[in-house]
Amino acid sequence: MRTTLTEKFGEVAVFMFLWGFRILVVSVVVVGTILSIRGGKYTGVQWMDFVVFGIARGSIYALIALGYTMVYGILRMINFAHSEIFMSGAFGGYFLANAMSHTGFLDKNPVLGLIAAVLVGMSVSAGVALLVERIAYRPLRKAPRLVPLISAIGASFFLQYTFRGFFGPGIYAYPNIKVLTGEWNILGIGILKMQVVVTVAAFIMMAILYTIVMRTKIGKAMRSVSENKDVAALMGIDVDRIIVFTFAIGASMAGAAGVLYALMFRQVNFFMGFVPGIKAFTAAVLGGIGNVPGAMVGGLVLGVFESIGPALFLGGLGIPRPYQLQDAIAYIMLVLVLLFRPSGILGERLTTKKA
Amino acid sequence: MKRFTLILTVLMVASVILTACGPKATATPVAGETLPPVVQPPAAFVCTDALGCVNIAPSDPIHIAFWGVLSGADSTLGLDSQYGVEIAMDDAGGAILGHSIQLTTEDALCTPEGGATAATKLAVDTTIVALVGSSCSDETVGGIATLTNAGLTTISPSNTRPVLTAADRSPDYAGYLRTAHSDAFQGKAAAEFAYNMLGIRKAATIHDGSSYAQALQQVFVDNFVALGGTVVAQEAVAKTDTDMHTVLTTVAAAGPELIYYPIFVAAGGFITAQAREVAGLETVKLMGADGMFSPDLLKGAGTAAEGMYLSSPDFSMFPGTYLAFVDKYRTKYGTAPLSIFHAHAYDAASIIFAAIKNVAVVDADNTLHIGRLALRSAIYATSNFPGITGTLTCSQYGDCGAPVIAVYQIINSDPVSWDPGVNPKKIYP
Amino acid sequence: MNIQTRHTFGRSVRIGLLGGIIAVFLCLVGIVEIFGQRSLIEHLISLGHVFLFLPLLATGYLAAKDNSEQGQQGKLSLLLAGVLSGLLGGAALSIFLLIGNLIDIRAMFIHASPTLYGMLTFGRGMPGAWLPLLIGALLGTLGALARLLPPKVQQPLVRGLFGILLVGLFAGLVRPLLIARSGKAEDLGRFLFGETGLTQAGALIFFVLITGIIVIWSARGKTLQVRISRLPRAGQSALRWSSIGLLLIMALILPQFSGAFIAQVIVLISLNILMGLGLNITLGFAGLLDLGFVAFFAMGAYTVGLLTSYGEYGLAHLSFWSVVPIAIFVAFMVGAFLGLPVLGMRGDYLAIATLGFGEIVRLLAGSDFLGPWLGGPQGVIGIQKPCIGSLGPFLGAGIPRVCHGLELGGPKEIYYLAVVCALIAAFVASRLRDSRLGRAWMAIREDEDVAEALGVNLIQTKLLAYMLGAAFAGLSGAIFGTLVGSIFASSMQLMVSFNVVCLIIVGGMGSIPGVVVGAIALIGLPEAFREFSEYRFLFYGAALIVMMLSKPGGLWPSSIVQRELHVMEKDEPDPKSAPSVSTSAK
Repeated sequence: MRTTLTEKFGEVAVFMFLWGFRILVVSVVVVGTILSIRGGKYTGVQWMDFVVFGIARGSIYALIALGYTMVYGILRMINFAHSEIFMSGAFGGYFLANAMSHTGFLDKNPVLGLIAAVLVGMSVSAGVALLVERIAYRPLRKAPRLVPLISAIGASFFLQYTFRGFFGPGIYAYPNIKVLTGEWNILGIGILKMQVVVTVAAFIMMAILYTIVMRTKIGKAMRSVSENKDVAALMGIDVDRIIVFTFAIGASMAGAAGVLYALMFRQVNFFMGFVPGIKAFTAAVLGGIGNVPGAMVGGLVLGVFESIGPALFLGGLGIPRPYQLQDAIAYIMLVLVLLFRPSGILGERLTTKKA
Repeated sequence: MKRFTLILTVLMVASVILTACGPKATATPVAGETLPPVVQPPAAFVCTDALGCVNIAPSDPIHIAFWGVLSGADSTLGLDSQYGVEIAMDDAGGAILGHSIQLTTEDALCTPEGGATAATKLAVDTTIVALVGSSCSDETVGGIATLTNAGLTTISPSNTRPVLTAADRSPDYAGYLRTAHSDAFQGKAAAEFAYNMLGIRKAATIHDGSSYAQALQQVFVDNFVALGGTVVAQEAVAKTDTDMHTVLTTVAAAGPELIYYPIFVAAGGFITAQAREVAGLETVKLMGADGMFSPDLLKGAGTAAEGMYLSSPDFSMFPGTYLAFVDKYRTKYGTAPLSIFHAHAYDAASIIFAAIKNVAVVDADNTLHIGRLALRSAIYATSNFPGITGTLTCSQYGDCGAPVIAVYQIINSDPVSWDPGVNPKKIYP
Repeated sequence: MNIQTRHTFGRSVRIGLLGGIIAVFLCLVGIVEIFGQRSLIEHLISLGHVFLFLPLLATGYLAAKDNSEQGQQGKLSLLLAGVLSGLLGGAALSIFLLIGNLIDIRAMFIHASPTLYGMLTFGRGMPGAWLPLLIGALLGTLGALARLLPPKVQQPLVRGLFGILLVGLFAGLVRPLLIARSGKAEDLGRFLFGETGLTQAGALIFFVLITGIIVIWSARGKTLQVRISRLPRAGQSALRWSSIGLLLIMALILPQFSGAFIAQVIVLISLNILMGLGLNITLGFAGLLDLGFVAFFAMGAYTVGLLTSYGEYGLAHLSFWSVVPIAIFVAFMVGAFLGLPVLGMRGDYLAIATLGFGEIVRLLAGSDFLGPWLGGPQGVIGIQKPCIGSLGPFLGAGIPRVCHGLELGGPKEIYYLAVVCALIAAFVASRLRDSRLGRAWMAIREDEDVAEALGVNLIQTKLLAYMLGAAFAGLSGAIFGTLVGSIFASSMQLMVSFNVVCLIIVGGMGSIPGVVVGAIALIGLPEAFREFSEYRFLFYGAALIVMMLSKPGGLWPSSIVQRELHVMEKDEPDPKSAPSVSTSAK
C-alpha cells in the first residue's frame, strides 16, 4: 500500500516521540542515579537495605500476582475480586492467630502456629474465591470480554463491604510473634527476621505452585485448558473442574500472601486489599500476564523498583518528598518496559489473538 | 420490567411536578430562602429576620443535623462526634422549650465533594435549625458556602485547619464556627515541647498528603526553626501506604533526633511499628498529633508505641464534668470514646441549644419561631459558656475552642489499657 | 411419596435453606439492625424487617415456581412446598439465634447484637427463638400463594408492593421538598410521608395508585401500542418528537421544583454522561480499554482551576467561558500525549498502562513536588463561577470577582450548563459514530490487523479515539471544577475511572442512550440512597453483578449488539452449524 506523505510524516513523528519518551525517562533515571550515589546521602548498607525491603515487598506482590495471572491464563479475565480474596485470607488467619495468641499457644509453638494460620487463611480465601466464581463468573463464561470484568468489580465492592459489615471498619492487629522480632545477620547485612520468613515462605509457595503447574497431571490439564478450552474438553478434560481448581489454587496463594502480609504489617482491615491488588495486577502484567514465572519476576522487579526508586532516581535530582511519587515511578517503569517488550518481561507464554 | 420502570419514572417525575401545584412561596433567590410570614390569628409573629425564620409547629421536633465522615476508614472520627451530640441531647432532656430534639446525620465522606453534596442536601431541608459538623476540614472547604448562603450555621467539633477561622477568611464562612482548636496552636505546642522539654535540635517530619497533616507539620516546622532548631528532613507518604521502611531509611540518613508525623491512625501505626526496625532510628523519639490519638494506634503499632508522644487537646483542663460525660458515653455505647472530639461535639450542641433558648419566639400555642440571623448572632455572641472542654467564648471569626494543647506519652501498649490521661499520660505542660 | 415428589421437595428444602442463609447473611452484615431504625411504613414495619422478610417470602415464591415447573400441579403441594421452604429459612434464623445465645458471636461479628436478636424474636428474647420458624412458614405460604394467583392479579400485586418499597426509600428525598413549599404541599407531604418512611395512609394510597396504573396499562397498553404502530410514519415520528419535546420541557423546568440537591445529582449524572460519552468513543467504538480516564478529567478541572481561580494558585484570572475551550484543547492534546506511548499495546497491557497514567496524573497533581504550582494537598480553591454578563476586575487573592449579570452560582443554575453540554456531546458522539472515522474505530475494535490491511491508518485512528474521548472528559472536568469551586487531587481517584467503565458497560457498550441509562443507574441511584451510607457500595456491587448476569448486553444495548444477539438466537436451533468459539475479544 502506498502511504501518503502525511501518513509517512505521522509515522515518523510517532516514532520520534516514542523514542524521545524512552530516552527522556532513561536519562532522568541515569542522571538521577548518578547524582544520588555521588550525593553520598546513603551508605552502602542503606542501599542494600532498600533492595532487601524491596524483595520482601516484591515477594508478597508476586504471591498475589500468581492468582491474577493464573485466572487470566485460563479465563482471559482480570479477576478484580482477587484483592478481596487476599483480604479475606488475612482476616481468616487473624481470628485463628488471635485465638492462639490469647491461649499462649502461639508463643510456645510459633512455627506450628504460623503454619496453621497460613493454612486457615488459604482455606478461607479459596472458599470465598469458589463462591465468587460460582455466582459471578461461571454464568458469564461465554459473555463478551468486558462483562465479567464488571461483574468482578461488583464482586470486589460487595466483598469489601460485606467484610466491613461483618467485622466493622476498624483495624484488627495481628499478634506479635516474639521469636520473629529482631534481625538476623545474613552475609553481613542485618535483615529483619520477619522479612526473611515472609520472603522464604513466599518462594517456597511459588516453587510448589510451579511444580504443580509444570510437573503434575492436573497442571498439564490447566495448561491445556488455558491454551484452548474447547479442544481440552474434546480431550476429555473436565473444564469446569479445572477452572475451579485454578481459582482455588490462585486464591490459596493470595490467602497465604494475606496472612504473611498481615504478619509483616500487623494491621488488617476491610480495605487493605485494594492497593496491594492493583500493585499485584501491575506486577503480573509487568512479568507477562498468563505466565507463572513472569508473575514472580514481575512482583520482585516491581517491589525493588518501588523501594529503591524514590531515593535512587529522584533523591539526587532534588525532588522534595520523593516517596509521594513512588507509585508513579513504578507505573512509568511499567510503561517503559512495555514499550521495549510489549508482552512483558518474560512475555506471554501463549500466542493468542489479542485486541 | 422496562414498562414498570417507565411507569415508576413517570410517577416520580409527576410527583415532583405536583409539588409545584401547591401555593408557592415567594420566588426563591440564590442566596437564602425566605419563608412567607405565617398567617395566624391576632398577635401573630411576623418574621423580620434577614435570613428568614424556622417555624416549628407545636407537635414538631427541633431539627438539628450532624454532618461528618460516617463511612470509610475515618468513620470513627465522625461517629465519635455524633455520639457526643447525642449525649448532649440526652442531657438536655431530649427537648428544648417543650419540643423534642430530632437529630439527622449526613455523610460527607471526608472529601470536599462529599462535603459539598452533604451541604447541598442539608441546605434544601428548611426544617433544619442549626448543624454540628463537619468532621474533616476538607468537607468544610467543599460545603460551607452552600450552608452559609442558605442561612444555616454550623459549629465544627473537629476541624483544625487554621485558615477556617483566620481573620482573612472569605465571607462564605460567615456561618462557620468551631469548638475545636486550630492547628496553629497544636503545631506551636509540639515544637515548643520538642525544643524546650526534650532538648531536640534536629527534627524530621512526615506527612501523608492530606491537607490537615501537611498544614500541621508546616506549622511545627516554622515554629521549630524560629526557636532555633533545624529540620533535617521533610518527607511524605500516601495515606494508603503500608511499607514505611524505605521512607524511614531516607529519614534515618538525615540523622534526626525526633520524627514528627501528624497523620492518621493507619499510616501512623505503620510508621511507629516500623521505625524501630530501620537502622539508625533505634533511639529516635517519635511524636504524633491528635489524628492518631486513639486506641487503634496501639493495635497497629504494638509494643513500638511505648514511649511515643502525642499532642492533643488537654483533657485535664476540662472541668470535672468531662469525666461524668465519659461515663455516660461508656454506658450508652458500650465502648471507650472512639476518638477525641466527642467533648467538643457535646459543647457545640450545647452552645446551639443555649442559643435557641435565647432567640426563639414562643407563641401561646407553643409554636416556635427562630430567626436564622438572630440564631447565628447569638451563637457568635457566646461568651464564658461553661462547656466540658472549658469555658468557651466565641471570637468574631468563629473560634470558640479553648486552645490548650497538651502532649501525652504512651505508657502501656496494650490497647485494653487505653485511658486518656493515664495511658497516655500527660507530660507537658 | 414417589421419587419425583421427594426430588422436588428436596429442591424446596434447598431453596429454603438458601433463603435462610441469605437472611442470616443480611443479619450479620448489619443491614437488618441498621435499617431497622428506619421505618418503611410508620408504626407498622421497619425497613430492616422488610429486608429480613424478603428472602423468606422469595423462597416461598421460588419453591412454588420451581415445583410447578417440575411438574407438580396440585395447589396443595405447591403450598406445602412454600411452607416447607419458608420453614427452613426460618429455621436457619432460629439456629442462628440459638448459637448466638450459646457463644458470644459478637466478638467476631460486630452486628450480632442484642438489638438484632430483639428484632428477630420480636422483643421476646430467647423464649421467642421459635418465632422465626413461624414467621418463615407464614411468609413461605404467602410467597407460594402469590405464585398461585392468576398472573393478572399477581403482577399488579407484586409490583404494587415493590412500588411501595421504592417510594418508601425515596421518601427521604421528596418529603423535605414538599414541606419546603409549605401550605397545601406541606400538608400533603406530612400526610403521605412520615419522619422516615410512608405513613399508613400514604402507603395505602400509593399501593392503590400503582396497582391501578399497572392494571389499566396492561388492559389498555397493548391496544395503545398496536394503535401507535398502525399510525402512518409521519404520525409516529410526530408522536416521538412531541414526547421528546415534553421530556425536554420537563427537564428544563425541573430544577425550579426539585430543589438544589436533586439538581446537583442531575449535574453529577450529566458530568458522568459526558465522561461516559468520551470513554464510549475510546472503549465502546474503538475497543481500547482505558482505565485511566480520570487523567483527562483532571486536566480539564485543573485547567479551569488554574486559569480562573482568584485564590493563590490562579495563574491567570480569565472568565469561565474563555477557559472552557482551552480546557477542552488541553485535554485533547494530553489525550495524544498519553495515547502515543500505549499505541502498540493491546488488551490488558493497555488497561494497566492507562491505569498507571491515571495514577501518575493524580500523584503528580497532589505532590509536594508540583505543589507550588498545582496546590499540592491544599488544592486549588476559589474557582470563579460562570457569569453570563461581565465580570468585575480581579481585585486580589481570595476575593471573588463580582458578576454583573446572571451568575451560575449553584447547582440549580449549573444544571442547565451541564445538561446542555451533555446533549451537545451526545449529538457530536452520534455524528462521529456514523462518520467514516466511527466506522474505522469499529473496524479496529473488531480486529486491528484486518483493519490495517484494509487501509485504516491505525496510528491516526487510535490517537483520535484517545484525543476525542479525552476532550469530552476535559469538558466534564471543567464543569466539575466550577461546580465544586475547588479542586483537590484526592478527587481524581482510580474509582472514578472504574465507575465510568462500569457505567458504559452496564448501559450498553457503544450505545449512546446506554451511557445515559448507565449514568442514571450507577450515579443517580447511589446518590438517592445516601441515607444508607454504610451499605451503598454493598448494594452497588450486588447491583453490578446482577445487571451483568441478567443483561450482559447492557440496559440499552447498541443496535449492533442487538442485531448480533438476534442473529445468534436465530442460529442456535440449527444443530449442524459450528458453535461459535468466543475467544476473540468483543
